[in-house]
Amino acid sequence: MHTRYAAIWFPYLIADRMARRRPELYGKPFVLAAPEQGRMKVTAVSAAARAEGIAPGRVVADCRAILPELRVFDDRPEQAGKLLYALAEWGLRYTPVAAVDPPDGLLLDISGCPHLWGGEQLYLEALTGELEGYGYHVRAAIADTMATAWAVSRYGQQRATIVPPDEQAAALHPLPPAALRLEPATRERLEKLGFYRIGRFIHLPRPALRRRFGEALLRRMDLALGHTPGVIRPIEPAAPHTERLPCLESIRTATGIEIALQRLLEALHRRLEREGKGLRSGIFKGHRVDGQIRQIAVATTRPSRNVAHLFKLFALQISRLEPDLGFELFTLEAPVVEALPPGQETLWEMSSHRDSAIAELLDRIAGKIGPQAIRRYLPDEHYWPERSYKVAASLQEQPAAAWPDHRRPLHLLPRPERIRVAAPIPDYPPMLFVYKGKIHKVSKADGPERIEQEWWIETGQQRDYYIVEDETGGRYWLFRSGHYDQQKPEWFLHGFFA
Amino acid sequence: MAMPIENRHIACPDTDAKAHIFQKLQKEILALQGLHKPGESLRVNAGLGAVEAAFPDGVFPTGAMHEFISQGPEEAAATEGFMAGLLGGLMQQGGFCLWVGSPLFPPALTRFGIAPEKILFVTTTRPKEILWAVEEGLRCAGLTAVVGRLQELSFTAARRLQLAVEQSRVTGFIHRCRPRSENTIACVARWRIKPLPARTEDALPGVGHPRWTVQLLRARNGKPGAWQLEWAEGRFHVLPPAATAPEVRIRKIG
Repeated sequence: MHTRYAAIWFPYLIADRMARRRPELYGKPFVLAAPEQGRMKVTAVSAAARAEGIAPGRVVADCRAILPELRVFDDRPEQAGKLLYALAEWGLRYTPVAAVDPPDGLLLDISGCPHLWGGEQLYLEALTGELEGYGYHVRAAIADTMATAWAVSRYGQQRATIVPPDEQAAALHPLPPAALRLEPATRERLEKLGFYRIGRFIHLPRPALRRRFGEALLRRMDLALGHTPGVIRPIEPAAPHTERLPCLESIRTATGIEIALQRLLEALHRRLEREGKGLRSGIFKGHRVDGQIRQIAVATTRPSRNVAHLFKLFALQISRLEPDLGFELFTLEAPVVEALPPGQETLWEMSSHRDSAIAELLDRIAGKIGPQAIRRYLPDEHYWPERSYKVAASLQEQPAAAWPDHRRPLHLLPRPERIRVAAPIPDYPPMLFVYKGKIHKVSKADGPERIEQEWWIETGQQRDYYIVEDETGGRYWLFRSGHYDQQKPEWFLHGFFA
Repeated sequence: MAMPIENRHIACPDTDAKAHIFQKLQKEILALQGLHKPGESLRVNAGLGAVEAAFPDGVFPTGAMHEFISQGPEEAAATEGFMAGLLGGLMQQGGFCLWVGSPLFPPALTRFGIAPEKILFVTTTRPKEILWAVEEGLRCAGLTAVVGRLQELSFTAARRLQLAVEQSRVTGFIHRCRPRSENTIACVARWRIKPLPARTEDALPGVGHPRWTVQLLRARNGKPGAWQLEWAEGRFHVLPPAATAPEVRIRKIG
């Protein structure tokens, strides 16, 4: 069977993606630029900018002179690689062997695939059509060798070209020497001697070419013509962590489900241990005889592959699975896994047995009540009381700043509650206040402590806080919202002191 | 009980020896009742003084369940302030505390000698879930203390908690806010904390340090009592009874 390759070229890869993200840029001239030697240099251009004669490598100031309405965006260099990899993963639906071809292309080994689409013509149309549908400018070619497909896709006359089998030489004839991906020096020498087309030198005696242009040119020609095979390095997408357990007879009892779960966890454990990974979230699915799927999910606070612990987490929810007529297939998926160095389970026992016991307790609570119920707080550098703390992400996270040493109430109301007050003079604490229909006579007070709104986050009135104590000893945190101006200020109760 | 037999037939009428035997027997009885003398590391070193003397052996019982009853938000805040003071003493050696029910305002805890990031809050309002989380926490020996805030607690549920505590030696505080009935539950102590008007030095204006009336309503093998406590400079101060004399009301505002 003939090996066939497809090369896909995205002439405006980064710009097209930008336009995809921000539809208002579609069809507009814009460039992406990055600083280089103290100047902003263009790294990628859109099709409309290219039509105006703006090319990558030029200085942004020059381009602005050509086209004053040109829009310039910052370029992130790592973005192209990621995008290309994602496109290669997308390409896996057309062939099992897809490779990235930096900086802006893809290479697909399509041997034995096009007949599924009804021939190479339809195959290529489907491929390019779909990419164009996403908004990318695409040029593509199919040939017997990777180098020829690459050359034709970049320098061919048409948008999509199919080079018939064994006709690489004919396809290469009209192309310029640059299509062979030569070193700039070799290319220059060829052009100096008048070789503007590959066809002009491809039939020359090999010793003469080697003497004048070096071994690299011959190697490139051999690759293009198929005399030496090229190497493709396909991407390897990560296989999902999934285990399956089909059952001979339908399972209806809780014991049966537990046995299935145990087996699946052990199988997953072997795989996770081999890869040095731990599970962060897991889904246990039961496929019922009547075609329905019932599932339970768990999440852990830190990566774990401890079968007993994970079993306990799932076991809390097994009663939620409705077997009805019985399950005939069980699957266990681990959508989120994280690195967990091997041997950690044994280390736990010695070093931080206490922490792991707490982590497992929290997992159980998260499984029963919900992960959003568990909170650990760290200081956040804001004076506004509601923003003075934040939620910690993990059990290990330590505070980045010291806790403030202001006097604060032990109980803070989720939202301040309006009270009616009798205040003697402006900027004085109230003499009495009415909260929930009860009159509190203020006997002692501290304050005011003015806390301003953080205008860069939220606008609004500032608050003047008072700590007051009533005659029975209850201690409260009151505040007045806003100034004593024309309108009467409002008073609120915000917390209770111990 | 592994009591040496010769102790029963001891002939010596020496009162010292007798007292010694009594003490020993007392301790063995306490151990049988599920009360263990806490190790040095788990002492509440927070100046409880006369309050501690009300308990057997003169030690605040850790690794046991304490019950607090409060009515109204002011009392609830005072109760949890007192609890925070106790927790601050317990958590000096490090370790985490599980706080189940409605959470506190974390920045306030530093005043009570607690690093707020050492408290794990489990926020839920359903009594069943609170009870379940408290029990799970009390079974986890890695925690220093567990606090549960709920309204009602049946004797059976409390007994389950007490059994969990006896296994794990975790200290448990149950805070019952506005309970419909103050039924007996299986705890070593029942407390009631009420806020007391604070007093500043030399009658200066302003709100002073937090003060409470601490009532020990029930204590297993101990003597119930009532004290006035102040929390200042990171420890409790038991106030002399004279300090409770009615205050002359002067408006000290501004």
